Amino acid sequence: MSGYGVSDLRVRYGGQLAVDGVSFTVQRGTVTALVGGDGAGKSSVLRALAGAVRPAGGGVRRPDAHRIGYMAAGEAVYRDLTVDENLAFSASAYGVRGAEAARRAAELLRRTGLQDAGGRLGGQLSGGMRHKLALAMALLHEPQLLVLDEPTTGVDPVSRAELWRLIAAAAAAGAAVVLATCYVDEAERAASVVVLSEGRPLLEGSPEEVVARMPGVVVDSAVRLDPVTSWRRGARWRTWAADGTVPAGAARAEPDLEDAVIVAELARPRRAGEVAA
Amino acid sequence: MTLVEIRGARKRFGEVVAVDGVDLEVAPGEVVGLLGANGAGKTTLIRLILGLLRPTAGTVRLFGEPPSRHTRARLGYVPQALGLYEDLTVAENLAFSAGAFGAAPGRLDGALEAARGELVAELPLGLRRRVAFAAALAHRPDLLVLDEPTSGVDPLGRARLWETIWEAAAGGAGVLVSTHFMSEAEQCDRLVVMAAGRVVAAGGAAEIVGDASTVEVTAERWEAAFTALDRAGLPAALVGRRLRVPDADPRQVGAALDAAGVKAAVRAVPATLEETFVVLSGDGGEPGAAAPDRAGVA
Repeated sequence: MSGYGVSDLRVRYGGQLAVDGVSFTVQRGTVTALVGGDGAGKSSVLRALAGAVRPAGGGVRRPDAHRIGYMAAGEAVYRDLTVDENLAFSASAYGVRGAEAARRAAELLRRTGLQDAGGRLGGQLSGGMRHKLALAMALLHEPQLLVLDEPTTGVDPVSRAELWRLIAAAAAAGAAVVLATCYVDEAERAASVVVLSEGRPLLEGSPEEVVARMPGVVVDSAVRLDPVTSWRRGARWRTWAADGTVPAGAARAEPDLEDAVIVAELARPRRAGEVAA
Repeated sequence: MTLVEIRGARKRFGEVVAVDGVDLEVAPGEVVGLLGANGAGKTTLIRLILGLLRPTAGTVRLFGEPPSRHTRARLGYVPQALGLYEDLTVAENLAFSAGAFGAAPGRLDGALEAARGELVAELPLGLRRRVAFAAALAHRPDLLVLDEPTSGVDPLGRARLWETIWEAAAGGAGVLVSTHFMSEAEQCDRLVVMAAGRVVAAGGAAEIVGDASTVEVTAERWEAAFTALDRAGLPAALVGRRLRVPDADPRQVGAALDAAGVKAAVRAVPATLEETFVVLSGDGGEPGAAAPDRAGVA
């Protein structure tokens, strides 16, 4: 079959269930974004998909280990190795050797704009450059499944555009790409999104589908209409009207992915003792 | 009265001019977004406002006077790393920071009250950010400076943090927010975009975008279109299954696709704030080198 992914995945750390019932498929040549805040379970899902943790339950579909490229969160490069050494290390870890390894490394250095930085230590690079190096290390062996844990967190928009270009190039070459982000802006670029909250799936589909399936309506107003179902949107307020009626003093707003994610979080069943956000 | 008034500020570190002739104002009740790639000079500018650095030339005035201990007492600052004591509880952090300003500890609401006895190190990032906000706001500052205030937070959590920001503004505080995310920038009253130490654009998001356009490419096989454009030196961004080529000529894009035999619909569409920002950052510095290693100076 053509896709990779997880089905009814559960990941447990000690007594804590970090992921509970997450399913999605990512096709070759597409980008899927996992969206959620710190602690939503994104990293755990990605680790299970990449084979770095053993699931407590459910299934994982992935290619052989040497066909997976994995970029851990937090500028995952060796700071005391040079850029060239980081790439060489990655090549040998994935079994890419000789002229092929050199050719791939040169190509990635060019594409990441790091061609003049080969001799610099990982620790001496700027944050954006470290992210690009970490991505290059995950791409070196032309993986079929590319798993990226917050590849752009803390990165400025200029470097982010460059990182996304590399990610898109990998997808264009046929890789299935799964990446985690806490920003909906970024998820909007993906072909499909999976929104996680407290380890559980909140929403899944293409950004357009997720918005279209949002229950009720979202309205815009100058003042707060409700203590729970209203939230800030710039200087204005947005409110979710679950039953679809537009309250007095408000106008119906065209919802976007950010609205749909907020509505899903508001509609999420609370656990016992949990305080509403 | 203007809370922050910067005129022609310049800050040089040896050979490097990190801030180069910047004008910036923040008035009471307004939320101003500060945008810039790494190395654009944002952090240096914030340090000038905090009074941690002195300008090489030009003037920085806070509440009508040069930055000092006195102005510091009227300022709330939330750094990117939050500046909390991880080995103190929520309540202790708030009491300690409020004590430094001679204020009563910050108000705890909902989830924060429930976590008041917990060590900050053990809290999820979203709650830690709320503690940092409460600590910065306890002395009712006239000016709030926030450095990437919501990174790592989910959308609802981010909207809740923005409630706090707008509440402070509604109470008369001026707010200066730096961010790398345009959905957040779009929440501000006004934006100031820096590149290579200079202000390259200022105004509302719509004003900054102006009539900038992007070429949108819809192809049956986006992969083929992407590869063709890449080879033609027209870097495209993937959005869903469409491609966007910022600041390009639709005819040139069409020609590159034709030459590669790729069938696609090509049209000019309005640029996004992010696309405009990236183009501005490229113009301000050397293209593709907007984020060189200038760590420590900017």
